[in-house]
Amino acid sequence: MKRMNGCLRAGLILTGILFALIILGFFWTPFDPTAMSGAEKLLPPSLRHLMGTDSFGRDIFSRVLRGAGTTFLIALCTVAVGAVFGTLAGALTGYFGGRVDAVLMRLNDALTAFPSMLLALVLISLFGSGRQNVILALGIVFIPSFARVTRAAYASLRDANFVAEARLMGAGSARILFVHLLPNTLSVLLPALTIGFNNAVLAEASMSYLGIGVVPPDASLGYMLSEAQSMLASAPWYAVGTGCAIVLLIFSVGLTGEGLQRRRGEARYA
Amino acid sequence: MSKRIFALLLLTILLGTVLCGCGGGSAATGSEEQQTSGSAGAAVQGGEITVGIAQDLDKSLDPHLAVTAGTKEVLFNIFEGLVKPTPDDELVPAVAQSYQVSDDRKVYTFTLRDGVTFHSGEAVTADDVIYSIKRCAAAEGDKKPLVEAFSNIQAVESPDPRTVVITLSQPDNEFLSYMTTAIIPRSYANQDTAPVGTGPFKFVSRTAQDSVVLEKYDGYWGTPAYLDRVTFKIIENADALVLALQSGAVDLCTHLTSTQISQLDEAAFTVREGTMNLVQAMYLNNAAAPLNNEKVRQALCWAVDKHAVIDLVSDGHGKAIGSSMYPTLSKYFDDTLTDYYTQDPAKAKALLAEAGYPDGFDLTITVPSNYQPHMDTAQVLAEQLKAVGVNAKIKPVDWNTWVSDVYVGRNFQATVVGVDASYMNARALLERFTAGYGKNFINYSNADYDALFQKALAEGDDAKRAELYRQMEKNLTEHAANVYVQDLADLVAVRKGLDGYRFYPIYVMDLASVHYVK
Repeated sequence: MKRMNGCLRAGLILTGILFALIILGFFWTPFDPTAMSGAEKLLPPSLRHLMGTDSFGRDIFSRVLRGAGTTFLIALCTVAVGAVFGTLAGALTGYFGGRVDAVLMRLNDALTAFPSMLLALVLISLFGSGRQNVILALGIVFIPSFARVTRAAYASLRDANFVAEARLMGAGSARILFVHLLPNTLSVLLPALTIGFNNAVLAEASMSYLGIGVVPPDASLGYMLSEAQSMLASAPWYAVGTGCAIVLLIFSVGLTGEGLQRRRGEARYA
Repeated sequence: MSKRIFALLLLTILLGTVLCGCGGGSAATGSEEQQTSGSAGAAVQGGEITVGIAQDLDKSLDPHLAVTAGTKEVLFNIFEGLVKPTPDDELVPAVAQSYQVSDDRKVYTFTLRDGVTFHSGEAVTADDVIYSIKRCAAAEGDKKPLVEAFSNIQAVESPDPRTVVITLSQPDNEFLSYMTTAIIPRSYANQDTAPVGTGPFKFVSRTAQDSVVLEKYDGYWGTPAYLDRVTFKIIENADALVLALQSGAVDLCTHLTSTQISQLDEAAFTVREGTMNLVQAMYLNNAAAPLNNEKVRQALCWAVDKHAVIDLVSDGHGKAIGSSMYPTLSKYFDDTLTDYYTQDPAKAKALLAEAGYPDGFDLTITVPSNYQPHMDTAQVLAEQLKAVGVNAKIKPVDWNTWVSDVYVGRNFQATVVGVDASYMNARALLERFTAGYGKNFINYSNADYDALFQKALAEGDDAKRAELYRQMEKNLTEHAANVYVQDLADLVAVRKGLDGYRFYPIYVMDLASVHYVK
């Protein structure tokens, strides 16, 4: 058993707490996150409203809980789309090489060459805004980075002894690709996943901030930030609360990723 | 190794704050405008200002073809009719010097004013007036005339070069209010791109999506404008508009929300409050299921608390309304309709159940996202509708999409916007809901309503006609044509040192009276 390093432990604990809060947010929030109240407009943080209220009198803490859930879900699905297709492309090109590799990787380069936010914008204007479309657009944008990482890992392991032996024993390509090789790429893939997740959180936030992501009354952290901006003078706690939630989410997952990467380093030199 | 963790923490904080910092850092600017400028100061000739507007103008700047209120309010500075409206709800002669109405209200005789010239320098002749009126009265094939009230015109003649006589086929009391229709030169082909009129300002240039520049017209017949130059800067984003005001890039901005106003530096701006002269409502496509069912529409009305909307969206500024009429047109406004529907979720649910939607339904509210008040109102309405089981989704669209899809294409379920009156009379607001009318974008179709309108047109007596218009308003309310909300408060921010902004009973922005003070 490899020992957990401090980084990984702290990251996992923090992520766990946040995850629990987000799950909680799906089922219960102190107030209805969309309920408005004229009597409780623009209240500063208090015991009743932990993060204060916005200009519609909505409880910001409840909105942050629910909004973090939306952002988290979108980021998770985005990474899933990007990782599945990216890994598939990377595995095929890395293992087989040759002409397919050349063509797919050039395609990949072309996709990377586009500024990712611009590409997502183009896709959104094609599909229209909304939750599913944000996931789809961002997912496509995230494919190249995963494809590149996985391809490198597969290419380096392609000629390893255990692969040659598996081939001698008559294993088919699919079996070698996914049963023999995939577990050995996890050490590269896991950190890539955490970094990808963080990028997805930020990408979703940026898109919703620009008003092209989720649409109201759905709330996501990015959309809430754009709302908060217009109340920066009258309710600064809205921007601070929402901003801190994004920072915490990214930091905890980033810490986990850092821990994973470091453990990989320790394992190699052990 | 701990350095890396520290760097990671720093990076995440940085990335996170970059987002919320994006529009934040300006709260402390604008204090250089400390000059104390009492409004009692003397008006100064000259100077230039930049006015912020929330949307681009129509593709064509031809005043007769203008569709949107935002275009008309800018063109108001370039064009004039034979008569023009004043802030006091009156019509005063403009291109005409005087007018006479025959006793049977069928013959209108206008004497043209001497010395009125177009911005091109040419004098306005009776031929130009006849051309302008005939152009708006022309009905080609199926197409309705540009000004539908002009279908009543039987003949337009000029017995002598300074006189224009308009003969109507039926008596019309309100005909004069349509004489605000712009007078344009008869032999000029570029009205679309470089409009030429007789107003206090002349058109200089237009950059699509960016700005429109006007200059003072020195040959103006009346009180000349104070300012030499006015630039209308198009800033679609509500926050960017506030930033532009704060940074000094924009000097005057109308139609602001109370949230936007609260972000402005009080020392640098004077805030004036009027009403927008708009009928803000959740307009319902009466032809789209399930809204083609009257009970469903009534249920929506019973579900909504318009006073709560006004409190939440504009801090209580704004006037609640109950039909397609706003309070400044006091002759026609019927205040008893305002609270015809009060919030009653039980009644709304019962009506929905009767209509066959006991569990509610999904509703898409299309909203032009460049108008913050409409976006905010839509959010509050969506929340109120949720209580009766109507699951409302808001679909923000840009202004051009709204015009093409909703207003022209009529491809929508519900939309939150404000509708203005182009002319100072009740007909301008009510005629649009008659069946077959070109701008009836909600597809309202009610035989009683159409009959009332025909009766109103034929009615010679002012008071009786006003009563018929009030009955039309009641018809709209009873059949729940739309979910009426309010006439929005018009909050105008004017940089200190500027004065003279006036409110009109119609949706215009008059810059001729705006001036710097010493």
